Amino acid sequence: MFKEKKDPGQIFINEVNGEEPAEEKRKSSFWSKALIPLLAILTGLIIGALLIAVTNQTVWAAFGESFGTGISQAVKEIFTAYGALITGSLGDPSRIVQALGSGDATAIRRAFNPILESLVQATPYIFAGLAVAVGFRSGLFNIGVEGQLFIGAAAATYVGYSITGLPAYIHMPLAFLAGAAGGAFWAFIPGFLKAKTGGHEVINTIMMNWIAFRFTEWLLSGPMTRPGSGGLPLSPIIQDPAKIPQFFPSPIRFHAGFFIALIAAWLVWWLLFKTTWGLNLRTVGTNPRAARYAGLNTSKSIMIGMTLSGALAGMAGAVQILAVNHSMALGLSSGYGFDSIALALIGNNHPAGVILSSLLFGTLRNGATRMMVVSAIPIDIVDVIQAIILMFVAAPAIIRTIYRLRKPKHEEQQVFLSGWGGQS
Amino acid sequence: MAPILELKGITKRFPGVLANDHIDLTLNKGEILALLGENGAGKSTLMNILYGLYKPDEGEILINGEKVVINSPIDAIEQGVGMVHQHFMLIPVFTVTENVMLGNESIKGPGFLDRDKAAQRITEISDRFNLQVNPNFYVKDIPVGVQQRVEIIKLLYRDAEILIFDEPTAVLTPQEADELFKIMRLLVEQGKSIIFITHKLREVLEISDRIMVIRRGAMVGETTPQEADKSSLAAMMVGREVELEVEKSVSKPGEVVCSIEDLVVVDKRDEICLQGVSLDVHAGEIVGVAGVQGNGQTELVYAITGLLRNTSGMVTILGQDTTRFSPRQITELGTAHIPEDRQQDGLVLPFTVAENLVLCTYYQEPFSKGVLLQYPVIMRNAEKLIEDFDIRTPSAMTSVGTLSGGNQQKVIIARELSRPIKFLVASQPTRGLDVGSIEYIHNQIVKKRDEGAGVLLVSPELDEIMELSDRIAVMYRGQILAIVPNQGISKEYIGLLMAGVVPEGPVPIGESTVVEATF
Amino acid sequence: MTTSTNTIEHKVIHDVSPTRKLAIGISEVLIALLIFVVFALNVSGELTTRFVMTPGGINQGTMPDIVMPSQLTLFSLAGIVLAIGIFQLVKGFGKQTNLMVGIAGLFLMLAFLVWQAAGTSVNLAGMLSSAVLLAVPITLGAFSGILAERCGIVNISIEGMMLMASMTATIAGSLSKNIWVGLLGGIASSVLLALILGVLSIKFKVNQTISGTVINIFSAGMTGFISQKFLQMIPHLNQPTMFPRVPLPLLADIPLIGPILFNQNIFVYLMFIILIVLQVALFQTRWGLRFRSVGEHPKAADTLGIDVIKTRYIGVILSGVVAGIGGAFFTLGSVGRFDEGMTAGKGFIGLAAMIFGNWMPLGSLGAGLLFGFADSIGSKLSLLRSVIPPQFMAMAPYLITMIVLAGFIGKGQAPAAEGEPYEKE
Repeated sequence: MFKEKKDPGQIFINEVNGEEPAEEKRKSSFWSKALIPLLAILTGLIIGALLIAVTNQTVWAAFGESFGTGISQAVKEIFTAYGALITGSLGDPSRIVQALGSGDATAIRRAFNPILESLVQATPYIFAGLAVAVGFRSGLFNIGVEGQLFIGAAAATYVGYSITGLPAYIHMPLAFLAGAAGGAFWAFIPGFLKAKTGGHEVINTIMMNWIAFRFTEWLLSGPMTRPGSGGLPLSPIIQDPAKIPQFFPSPIRFHAGFFIALIAAWLVWWLLFKTTWGLNLRTVGTNPRAARYAGLNTSKSIMIGMTLSGALAGMAGAVQILAVNHSMALGLSSGYGFDSIALALIGNNHPAGVILSSLLFGTLRNGATRMMVVSAIPIDIVDVIQAIILMFVAAPAIIRTIYRLRKPKHEEQQVFLSGWGGQS
Repeated sequence: MAPILELKGITKRFPGVLANDHIDLTLNKGEILALLGENGAGKSTLMNILYGLYKPDEGEILINGEKVVINSPIDAIEQGVGMVHQHFMLIPVFTVTENVMLGNESIKGPGFLDRDKAAQRITEISDRFNLQVNPNFYVKDIPVGVQQRVEIIKLLYRDAEILIFDEPTAVLTPQEADELFKIMRLLVEQGKSIIFITHKLREVLEISDRIMVIRRGAMVGETTPQEADKSSLAAMMVGREVELEVEKSVSKPGEVVCSIEDLVVVDKRDEICLQGVSLDVHAGEIVGVAGVQGNGQTELVYAITGLLRNTSGMVTILGQDTTRFSPRQITELGTAHIPEDRQQDGLVLPFTVAENLVLCTYYQEPFSKGVLLQYPVIMRNAEKLIEDFDIRTPSAMTSVGTLSGGNQQKVIIARELSRPIKFLVASQPTRGLDVGSIEYIHNQIVKKRDEGAGVLLVSPELDEIMELSDRIAVMYRGQILAIVPNQGISKEYIGLLMAGVVPEGPVPIGESTVVEATF
Repeated sequence: MTTSTNTIEHKVIHDVSPTRKLAIGISEVLIALLIFVVFALNVSGELTTRFVMTPGGINQGTMPDIVMPSQLTLFSLAGIVLAIGIFQLVKGFGKQTNLMVGIAGLFLMLAFLVWQAAGTSVNLAGMLSSAVLLAVPITLGAFSGILAERCGIVNISIEGMMLMASMTATIAGSLSKNIWVGLLGGIASSVLLALILGVLSIKFKVNQTISGTVINIFSAGMTGFISQKFLQMIPHLNQPTMFPRVPLPLLADIPLIGPILFNQNIFVYLMFIILIVLQVALFQTRWGLRFRSVGEHPKAADTLGIDVIKTRYIGVILSGVVAGIGGAFFTLGSVGRFDEGMTAGKGFIGLAAMIFGNWMPLGSLGAGLLFGFADSIGSKLSLLRSVIPPQFMAMAPYLITMIVLAGFIGKGQAPAAEGEPYEKE
C-alpha cells in the first residue's frame, strides 16, 4: 500500500559523505581518513605511468631489441614524462634557485609561474568540486556541473561586456554573481523536476549539459557573437572593470579568484556544518524519510541543494571568464563536469578535502600540458588517471586488497543506489 | 524408527553474540513442533541454519537418521526441507505459476516455458490440500492469506517433507490464522512434518503437538500443550515471571484533543486507502487502532501527522483545523509521533544521538540562534535525556546507527515524550523489541496518558492494543468498522472485525476477558 | 450472534494513476492545440505539401509521391490528437497510454513537417529511412539497458561503452581490413568495460551510478588519449570500411516499407534480430524467467537455487555486447571514422527510451524510432530553410528525454530490485 521502497542510495551517499559513526570520527586522525585517497592517487599515478610506457612507440621498439632495453626505455620514458609533469606544475628547482640567486624580480616570478599556474588551474576546480560536494551532502548526484558552468560563464560574459560605465567594485561582483545565478538557474530545473516529478537528476543533468552546449553555441554565434568574428562562436571581450584582477603582469595569470574560491569553500563549510540550513540539507540528504517525518520540507531542500550546487558551478565558469579568458568560446571547459565528481569524492565531500583534491588535480592538469609538449602524451591521460582514482576511492576494498590493509571496524561495504525512482 | 529430523549441538556465533548455543532438537514424522522464543532469541538463526542460509560453527543435522550437510537452500530443498518465510519470497509481477515453478520449471523444447503443465500440477496440489489457489493470477492481485498458501504450494511442488513456518500469522487476521491452522493440520495428517516458529503463546497452545522453548540462543525447555499454560510458557521464554498486564488505572477522558471527520486519503499511487474515517481522541485516554497490517493504519497516521494530504474530510488537533498543516506545524501544536519504522522514519542513523534528539526542534531556541546552531546547548540537552530515559550509549556523540534497536527506540521516545505534548501518535512503538523494552515503552505511554495527553496507538499486535487501550477502533480496508470501549470485549469479536465481518447484535461485553502479554 | 460479511469496495489497481492520466491527457490536448494554432492557422489554405515517398538513390520499392493540402492535413492531425487527448482524459488508454503518447508525438512531428514543407516538397521516406538508422544506437542502448536492469543492475555507462566500442571498432576494422573483426573488436572492448562495471557493482557493491560514472569518465579519457596519440597521427588507423546497405530480397521491394526497413545496413537488421530474441528469451524461456526473478526479488531467486551473482554478471556482459554493437554502429555503420565524443549522449537517451518503453524490448524500439525521427527532422531542417535555429532542433532529443523522465515513470514498472547489490547472508 504505502510502503515506499527504501532508498539504499542513502547508505552510499552517507558513506561518501563520511557520515560515519561519530565516535570514530573524533578518534580518527587526518591520516587514517586520508590513507585510502592517498593510496588511490598513488595507484592511479602508477597505472598512468604504465599507460605512458605501453603506448610509447620507442618503448615498443626497445622491447623489439631485448626485454632489458625495453624495460629501461620504459622507465626512462616514464621519468621524462612525469619529470615534465612535475617541473611543469611546480617549477624547475634549479631554475628557481638560479632566479632567487640572481635577485631579478621578473626571473623569480617566471620561475614560480608553474606553481602559480597550478593554482590558476585549481581555482575553477575548487568551485566545481564544491558544487558536487554540496549536491552529495544534499542527497543529489549533480553530473551537470559542465552545463551549469557553461551557462554561468555565458551569463558572466554577457554582464561583463554588455554593461559599460560601472566602477570595478560593482561590475566585477555583478558579473560574478550573474554567473552564479546562471548556473543556479540551470541546476534548478533538474532540481525542480526531481522534487516535483521524481525525474532522476543523473540523466536530467546530463541532458541539461547537452542542451547547454547547444544553447551557448547558438548564443555565441548569434545574439552574443563578437562583431567581426565572421560567425565563429566567440563572444566580445569583457569590459576592464568586470575583470577579476591578476596579481602579476602577463604571462603570469595568478588572480584574485583563487582567494574567492577559498572564501567560497569556507562559506560552504560554515553553511553545511554550523547552521540550521546546513543541518536541514544534510538531514534530507541522509534520510529524506526521517526528514519529512521531522517536519522538514524535502522538496524545498532538494531544490535548494541543487540550486546551491549549480550556483557554485556557475561561479566556476564565471571565474574562468572574468579572471582568465576574458571572453567566451566553446572550448571553455576541459571536462570540469566529470572532473568535479572525482574531486568531491576524493575530498570526502568536505570543503577542506575538495580544496586539497582540487590543488592536486589543478597541479596534474597544469603539469600535463608540459608533459604533452615534452613527451607528446595527450592531456586526456589526466581523465584516465582520474577515472582510476575515482574507482579506487569508490571501491576502497580494491585498495585494501592491493596494499593488504585491514578493514576498519565501522566501514560498511554496502554502497548502492536505487533505480530511477519515479513518483514514489 | 528414527525421527525425521534431528539437530545435534548446533552452535552459531556472530561477532559478539552467541546466537545458538549447542541446540538439540528432534522432529518426529507427522507432528507439529512449536519453537517458541522472544524476538532475537535465536529461533530464526537456527532455522536459517537448517535451511542452508547460515553455516553452523558446530553441530550436525540428521534427516531420517542420516547425517546431511546443508550448505544452501538448494541442499535443503533436495533433503526435503522447505520454509515459508515471514517475508514472502514471492515476485509480485509474476503469476502464481511462474512463482511456483521458478527454479524448477516445466519446459518444452530447448528451454521454453511450459506454463500449462506447471499450472496443472499446482491445481492438483491445491485441490489435495484444499488450498484454493488459482495458478493464473498475478501474485500482486491476490490477498495476503492466499499469497501465503502460494508459498506453501512452492514447498509441496518440490516435494518437501519438513515444512518450516516462520512467524506465519504475523500478517494474518485471527480468522485467516485459523484457516492456516486447518491447512497445517491437513498437512501433518497427510504425512508432512512441521516446525512452527512463533512468539505468540496462544497459537502455540492451540496448534502444536510439542513445544520447545529457546532463550538467548539456548534450548531451555520442552513441554506439550497439555502440560503447559500461558504463564509457565511466558516464564520459560523470558526467564523470569512476567507481568502479563500493564498496571494501569481507569482512564479519565477529558476534552477532545484530536478529531478526525470523514477522512478520505488517496495515496501517491492514487489508490484509495482511507475512505471516510471518523475518530475522536480525548485527553487522558488511549485509543487503540487494531487491524491487520496494510488496512490503512499507516495512512491514517500519516494523514494525522501531516505526512500525507487527504482528499476530503478534516483533521482537528487541539481545536485547530490541521488538515492543510505541514508536519512541522502539527508538531509545534504539541503533537508527538513515534513512527512505525524507526530506522527509516524516526532516525537519521549516521547522525549522532545528540543531533537525533533535536531532529524536530533544532531550529528553535535555545538549540539555535538565528541560523546558527548552538552545539553546547544541543549537547547538554542530549546528556540530560540520555540520563532521564536511560539510553545506553557510549556518548552523546555516538551515531545512533550503532545502538541496539531498543536504545534506538528510546532515543525516539526521549525526543518525543520530553516535549510538553498534548497528543501522542504511537505507531507500532514496540515492533521487534525485547520484553524489557516493551514493558518500559508501555509504561511510558501509560504515564503520558495519566499526565493528560491523548494517545492514538496503532499496532497490528492485537494483544498490545487490548492491553493498553481504553477504547479500540478496528480498521479494515480503509474504514473503521467499529469503535468499542475496551471493557471485557472478546478477542474473537475484534478478530471478526479485523477480518471485515461486522457481527450483528449488541457488542458482547463480558464474554471472555483474556488479555495476554504481547510477546 | 449472527454475522454478515461486510462488502467494502476496495482499491482499484491502475495501470496508470489518475494523476498521470490527467497530466498526459492535458499534454495531448495541448499538442493538438499547438498543431492547430501554431501550424494550421499559419498556413494559407491553397498551399500543398508534397511528401516524396521513396528515399533518394533507391530504386527498389518505389512509391508515388503524396501531395496533400497542407492546412487540411494539419486540421485533421490536430483533430486526431485532440480525440486521443479527450479519450485519455475521459476514459484513459490503460496499458496503451505510452503508445498513444508516442502516436501524439509522432503526429506532432508530422505536423511540423507538413507545416515546414507547405508549398514545397520534402522526402518523407528519406527522413523515415534515416530515422531508422538514427534509432539504431538509441534502441540498442535501450536493449543494453534492459539486459542490465532486468537483472537488477542500473547501467548508466552505456554511453561510455558505446564510445569505447566505436573507437575500438574503427581501429580493429582499419588494422584488419575486415569489417567483421572491427565489429567484434568493438564488442570486445565494450564487454571489457561491462566486466569492470560488473566487478565494481556486484563484487565490490559500489554505488552503480558511481561505477557507471567511473566507466564514462574512463572511456572519455581513454578514447581522447588514444585518438590524439594515434588516430590523429596515423590516419590509416581511422579508415575502416563501412557496412554497406544490403537490400533484403523481396522484402526490399515492398513499397515504402521496403526502402525504409529492408534496404539498410546490417545494424538495422541486427537491431530487429536482437528485438525478437530478447522479447522471446525474456518472457518465454526458463532463462528469462530466472533472469527477471533476479531483478525483481534476488533473495527469492536465491532461495530457489538461482545463482544471483552469476546471473547478474551474465546480464551485465550481455548489456556490454549490445552496447558494443551500438557503439560500432557509429563508426562502421554511420560515419566511417572515429571522432572524439561522437556518441553525444545517445547512450543516456537510450536509457530514456528504455524507460518510455516500460523496460520492454518492443516498447523501447518504438521509443527509439520516435527519438530517431526527431533526430532526423532536426538534421534535415536546414534543407527546409527553417526559421528555427538548428541548435534548437538539436536540443529536441534531450528535451524529449527530460519530458519522458518527468512524466512517464510510474511506480512498479521498473524491476523492483534494480540498483540494489545482493548481499548473501
